Formats: sequence, C-alpha cells, structure tokens
Amino acid sequence: MGTLQEGIVKLYRKAATSLPQDVEDALRRSAKAEKDGSASKTALSAILENIRIARKTERPLCQDTGVPVFFVKVPRKQSQIDIQNTIIRATRIATEEVPLRPNAVDILSDKNSGDNTGIGFPIIYFEESQDNTTTVELMLKGSGCENVSQLYKLPFEELKAERDFDGVRRCTLDAIFRAQGRACPPYILGIGIGASRDQVTRLAKYQLMRNLKEKNNNKILSDLEQRFLAEINQLGIGPLGLGGKTTAMGVKIGVNHRHPASYFVEVSISCWADRRASLTW
Amino acid sequence: MVAKKFRVESSKLKEKTKIIKLPLSKKDVLSLNIGDRVLLSGQLITGRDKIHKFLSHERPDIQDIPVNLKGAVLYHCGPIIRKTEEGFNIIAGGPTTSIRVEMYEHQIIADYGIRALMGKGGMGRKTLQALKDNGCVYLHTISGAAVYLADRIKRVTGVWKLEDFGMAEAMWIFDVQDFPAIVTMDAHGRSLHEEIEKKSYEELKRLLGLP
Repeated sequence: MGTLQEGIVKLYRKAATSLPQDVEDALRRSAKAEKDGSASKTALSAILENIRIARKTERPLCQDTGVPVFFVKVPRKQSQIDIQNTIIRATRIATEEVPLRPNAVDILSDKNSGDNTGIGFPIIYFEESQDNTTTVELMLKGSGCENVSQLYKLPFEELKAERDFDGVRRCTLDAIFRAQGRACPPYILGIGIGASRDQVTRLAKYQLMRNLKEKNNNKILSDLEQRFLAEINQLGIGPLGLGGKTTAMGVKIGVNHRHPASYFVEVSISCWADRRASLTW
Repeated sequence: MVAKKFRVESSKLKEKTKIIKLPLSKKDVLSLNIGDRVLLSGQLITGRDKIHKFLSHERPDIQDIPVNLKGAVLYHCGPIIRKTEEGFNIIAGGPTTSIRVEMYEHQIIADYGIRALMGKGGMGRKTLQALKDNGCVYLHTISGAAVYLADRIKRVTGVWKLEDFGMAEAMWIFDVQDFPAIVTMDAHGRSLHEEIEKKSYEELKRLLGLP
C-alpha cells in the first residue's frame, strides 16, 4: 500500500483515462439503438473506439480533463488541511505524469498556473466519515457541460413550472432543450432540489457520482428519474446533437428540505464522459 | 420495406463521404452541403476563446501571424500536448464548444479568409450569415473523441502564443490525415443545428403543453 498522495495520482489517471463501466455500457446500448448508417451511430462507434484506445494507451479520453472536484470523507480528528495539501501535491504530479491539461486560470493575471492548482482549484468538499476510513471520490467534469448546467428558481411562469415535481420536470426538459448538442450528448443529469442556491448546485453535481445501474432508494424519486429520462429522449437531439434516440443516458435526483419561500432546482449536466473514480484509505 | 429504405440511406451517406485535401478553395466549399461527411488531410489550425478575442481586438496583420489563415480550417480545440526533445507530441485533441466564439467568428471569417470552421455543437445566426457571405463551412467533428482524433493528427508543426495563452489556448498547427467531420452548417444558408433545434422545440412544447 503506497501513500495517500500516490493513491490520488492513480485516481486521477484512472478517472481521466478509463470511463466507468456503467457509462460505457450505456453508450453501447445507445449505439445499438441508433439507425444503421446514421451520423449518430457512426459517431457513437468512434466514441466507443475512443474509450477503448484511451484505456489501452492510458491517455485522457477527452482533452478537457476538466475542473477536478473531490468529495472527501475523513475520520474524526483527521486534519482536513493535511488532506488538502496532499491533494494539491498529487494534482501537480498528475498534471505532469498523466498528463492532464492545465486548466487553472488566475482571474487577476489571466495566466494559466500550468499545474491545475490555484485559488479554490481543485474543488474539495469535506465531510466527516462514520468510521476510521478516508474516502476520496474524484470527478473530472468537463467545462463544456458545466457551462450548460442551469439553476432554476420556482415558480417559473414561462415554463408553467410550479413548486412541485412537475415544475422540476419542466426545468429539466428546458435545460436539455437549451443545451442542444453543445456539451457532448448523450448526457447524464444530476438534479438537486432544496433551500438555497449553493446547496442545490453541489447536491446536483454529487448525483453525477452515482452508478447508472443503481436505482434510487426512494420510489418516488426513482420513478421520476425514469420518467424524466424517457421524456428527454423524446426531444430528438440525439448523440452529439446530430439527431437520434439517445439524448440522455441517465437522470439522478437528490433532495434537501427547503424553505417555505424557496424552491431551487439545479440541473447539472454531464457530457457522455462522466469521469469518476474513488478510493478508500 | 423499411429496412430497404435504410440501406438506400446508408449507401447514399457513404457516397457522400468526401476526401478533402487542404487548404480549401471557395469552389470546394460551395460543393459541400449539410449532412456531407468529410475526411480532411493537410493542415489544421487551432483557435479558441483567447485567439478569437485577440484576433478580433488586436486585428494583427496577416504577416504578423506565423501561419497563413487564408483558406484555412480553424479548429476550435484546446489540446493536450507534451513537449519532448524531438518536439511537440499530441496526446489528446477533440473539439471544444464552438458557440462561445459566436460574437467574434463572423468578423474573423471575413478578415482572414477562413474557409472552414471545425468544432462541436454548431454556431449561431451571425456565423451562418458569414458562411454564406464569404464562402465558408462549419464542420462538426466527434465530440469528446480526443485520442481517436489525436491519432489522426500526424504531426504538430508549429505553435503561436504558447507563452501568452498557455497550452489549451495557443494556436497550434497540425498536419492531419483522414480527420473525420460532418458538414452541419453550409455556405448555402442551411444549418442542421437549427433544424434539430426547431424539431426539438416542437417536442418540448408538446411535452410541456405550451402553446
């Protein structure tokens, strides 16, 4: 067993170069569903080939290795600053070794730091774990899909969206309609519902860490996830936005309690390359 | 019957794959229509957010840019490139979202004589008009297929603004072979993106019960 720092460098390599199996399987299914000879089918075959080559040659499957987002659970009394420093050191090494594309740009000088570290970069969220282990989950979220993610405040009259699940459905369809093919569909959606803006954006993004094959434990949410997915796929935007049957491969919903005056819905969109990996220490 | 129809469609699509040697002439551009598949060989030049802002604000003369943009394919791409003793090695190089440069592109097409744009997601009305006015096309390549596409980039032949803009935003010059793309906006005023958006809007209205 190596050090945590080495573990995190490996985590970066795994997330950047190897798409999770559940996502690859979903892409394979969507390739089967498209018409033979269609542009979307040809493109999906190339994407599957891309995934295979990336894994085999250990190269990043997308050149945008994104903004790294860490969800970390640490045991009681474990210093978070120590873990943060370890993550930052591992990020510098991974940028050089994997390699990752340097994506951290200083707002003041407009210069790229060159090593994917900077103020608030990478993003690290801490929680305390229930036991003595440290769990590090990493998501590499491309910024094309981050740009089309959308926050809604209900009610929203233009969409006839009231403060209920039908309102959430309306926002979800609107977000995908607006995104069209700009952010590499077939998409995966994380939806967060709750009391405040900052809370729902994080909640929605965390849903993208969930395995596509695992059903939501809550029956109401699980049914909604399936209904939203079926309706998104009626929009006909299709793989790459070139038309077709699969516009999205999964919808995952998370909820928090809300304030009587507020009903925020974040629709966090991931490109087909929903790159995630985790380790337990 | 249906199966037969699909076969016809697929053979039609195959016929439409055009092998293109770069740079492009205006005649080449005018012969392309939305839905055509192309395989490009020759020189690709990358440019994304910072290059577009720079060209648009600073308006550098053609002779101050170390590569000839006339007739070029401007590829919206921020690659991963590794510097070695032998030169630059391409690691990954898929397309970035094109719509972000919508505010600059029409002017850049006109000022520098670009013959094709390449990226993902398509562009807006201003660019579509500029394609028609200047004889230029928009090519959609395979979103996210970064290593698949990098393997069609045979050599990195040069770079401009690497110090100032960094790896993701510099202007890279690539020599490519059989680089695949689909024409999704042509010089005749048609946009596949607009057509799909229109259709999806009808579906959206139906699903939401909107007028």
